[in-house]
Amino acid sequence: MGAIHDVEKSFLRTDLPEFSPGDTLLVRVKIKEGEKERVQPFEGTVIKKRGSGVRGTFTVRKVSYGVGVERIFPLHSPSLESIKVLSRGKVRRAKLYYLRDLKGKAARIKVKR
Amino acid sequence: MIEGILGKKIGMTQIYPEGGAQIPVTVISAASCYVVQKKTRESDGYESLQVGIGEKKEKRANKPMRGHFKKAGTPCLYTLTEFKGEELDKYKAGAPLNAADVFKAGDIVDVSGKSKGKGFQGSMKRHNFSGGGGSHGSMHNRAPGSIGSSSDPSRVYKGMRMAGHMGDHRVTVQNLEVVDVRAQENLILVRGAVPGAVNSIVVVKRAVKK
Repeated sequence: MGAIHDVEKSFLRTDLPEFSPGDTLLVRVKIKEGEKERVQPFEGTVIKKRGSGVRGTFTVRKVSYGVGVERIFPLHSPSLESIKVLSRGKVRRAKLYYLRDLKGKAARIKVKR
Repeated sequence: MIEGILGKKIGMTQIYPEGGAQIPVTVISAASCYVVQKKTRESDGYESLQVGIGEKKEKRANKPMRGHFKKAGTPCLYTLTEFKGEELDKYKAGAPLNAADVFKAGDIVDVSGKSKGKGFQGSMKRHNFSGGGGSHGSMHNRAPGSIGSSSDPSRVYKGMRMAGHMGDHRVTVQNLEVVDVRAQENLILVRGAVPGAVNSIVVVKRAVKK
């Protein structure tokens, strides 16, 4: 484990903010299209965080035109330009899969104060 | 240059070299890898280096091997292998090997190891047979089917793929790319997966087909 940790250490990103499931994020992702590079924002609720070290990922869910969209991002990917925490949610479990079955007002998450 | 090195599989992770794409890598450690003996044309009829890895207690080695390691001036080691190569004169018996002296980033290598043992397995898992139907009254679920004709050969041909022991044999994966070599920690990062369990010994050699 020690050697793997050492290898991963240099690729860990420390510039991104801490967040946890239930938080609402604005993730700005760098996307390469041929030569050009542009930034695509993705705003939604974190429903899952998994993995440790450089292998960790998180899933952001949003409802776009009535269709649920989930994107999985690597936690330490250099293609994440920035992450902004818009609000901290108050939730009672680590994996918020139950949000997939809820719609509209029921799918709201209480904001932490 | 020696053509390969012994290493211990540490495990897999992923890296992002130069802020680019994600690359899956296997970390292989060449720590405690020593040249144990030099075979020369004069004494052995061919030239190669005997390399060992995996330090063990002296009392775990038998007496002839203890003498062998003592002569080289290395600790007692678990695994010994021979490697050929060119310009072997610069290597000395007893010298530790560093991965950075053997490989550099961008090299193409073959990695051999002992695959994970799966025990006695049926033909579906062992040979990727398709098996039979799962429902609708089918009683031919995971059976292999016919294994040959009747009275004409009156026997089953040799090499017929059937159930049996799977895994725990030597497997080589060819043409893997060396992504990075770290001299200080004596680590090799190889792109992709490598045979064997974590902490097993693997042989990393220069690719034969490149």
